[in-house]
Amino acid sequence: MLQADWNPQGGFSFKNCQRNAFLESSLKGLRVPHARKTGTTIAGLVFQDGVILGADTRATNDSVVADKNCEKIHFIAPNIYCCGAGVAADAEMTTQMMASNMELHALSTGRKPRVVTVTRMLRQMLFRYQGHIGASLIVGGVDITGPLLYSVHPHGSYSRLLFTALGSGQEAAISVLEDRFKPNMTLEEGQQLIVEAVTAGILDDLGSGSNVDMCVITQAGAKIQRAVSTPAVISKRQGKYRYPKGTTAVMKETVTPLALEMIEETVQTMEVE
Amino acid sequence: MHGIGRMQESSYFGDLPGVGEIHTGTTIMAVEFDGGVVVGSDSRVSAGAAVVNRVFNKLAPLHQQIYCALSGSAADAQAIADMATYQLELHGMELEKQPLVLSAANVVKNITYKYREELSAHLMVAGWDPYQGGQVYGTLEGMLIRQPFAVGGSGSAYIYGYVDASYKPGMSPEECRQFTTNAIALAMGRDGSSGGVIYLVTITAAGTKQEIILGKELPQFYDEKSECKEYNSLCETAK
Repeated sequence: MLQADWNPQGGFSFKNCQRNAFLESSLKGLRVPHARKTGTTIAGLVFQDGVILGADTRATNDSVVADKNCEKIHFIAPNIYCCGAGVAADAEMTTQMMASNMELHALSTGRKPRVVTVTRMLRQMLFRYQGHIGASLIVGGVDITGPLLYSVHPHGSYSRLLFTALGSGQEAAISVLEDRFKPNMTLEEGQQLIVEAVTAGILDDLGSGSNVDMCVITQAGAKIQRAVSTPAVISKRQGKYRYPKGTTAVMKETVTPLALEMIEETVQTMEVE
Repeated sequence: MHGIGRMQESSYFGDLPGVGEIHTGTTIMAVEFDGGVVVGSDSRVSAGAAVVNRVFNKLAPLHQQIYCALSGSAADAQAIADMATYQLELHGMELEKQPLVLSAANVVKNITYKYREELSAHLMVAGWDPYQGGQVYGTLEGMLIRQPFAVGGSGSAYIYGYVDASYKPGMSPEECRQFTTNAIALAMGRDGSSGGVIYLVTITAAGTKQEIILGKELPQFYDEKSECKEYNSLCETAK
């Protein structure tokens, strides 16, 4: 049987934590580098034919935008995608690991991958690391049992839901979803709602911004659309600040030659071929 | 954004959530009657002050006629329930019979006791088997205690008086369901971390029956019932 490519070997090593704390307290002005978080709005909902996932595209490093157009909707399997929030590296690596494990699992079982399998593998791994892997994920897909949407939290808890939002902009997005979600929506209604939900996060949360990415998964397959909508476009400069010569009328001109004495002259020849 | 692993022991009145850590902050209850059990829970899952899931079913099946009710840290409780389900399935296959409710309770108790320093979840095990009929077991902090009825979770603190006063031995299944529903509704009314809908499961020899009691159907008590005629007519015109 094919083995998963990643074998669990112990947990994290916390050897340097004491040293870091000591350095931070003894060296004034030392700023310990922090893990880059995505400061995100991710959302997902189930509609009549499948699942729609949406995400913003801003990655922040404290209060600086590190990446204006990063991809937060990750591929797990042709019929399963995953949005990641929390620590950017953790979300990225976790989803990559899940994608490769699911491929191996599908090959060894001879069956198409299922959303419940991805969710179970994710939460068992996250639970093993007791929340030190800071990945909050929305897993969505359509498999033989139908469309499914799960939210998984860093400590390993999970929920099966019809609509959900995670990340720093989750409150803004969930309020839009709570207001306008209906079961069994059409594709257009679902897409519209997801764009509105993620837009709410982009506009009302400082950690989210740039564009809305969307992924629609149905029985037929998955379709990712990058930059479906850009809610906050940087406005163009309105006018030009150059004026033609003569715009300001010259009334009087006085030329005063300065009496300068030459002290030293050096000539450097330039080699021109 | 996520809480660091907590080392505090689970308190008698349920666990207080760390900032950001997902908690079920719950009210769970199980009542035994002659021929089965009724298990009930609320549906709120919170992370600090935010509600992460308002329709979460905290009654998880461990086997065909054995359920457990989850409370405490959501991740820990779900992980224990998964482990217990797996071990019980294996045990049932080896036994070639339905496992006893006592076995299920022991499986949960063993996990809870062995990892009691690291985990902060309480699973209440209830079910029916042909040898001892309906049984309810509490496994708080790794003990194993059979009770005629049990309440658990952070909301249980608010209803100890009610359940102690209202419980009568020898209630019918319908009375037990009503007792459970009332108790959980009262707890949801007073505990900030309990709310949503009530999930009920009735387990008997015939099988399991699941029910959901939605917001509008929840029992209302003196402070929610409006006897005022003007207020009622105002509600009618507003509809």
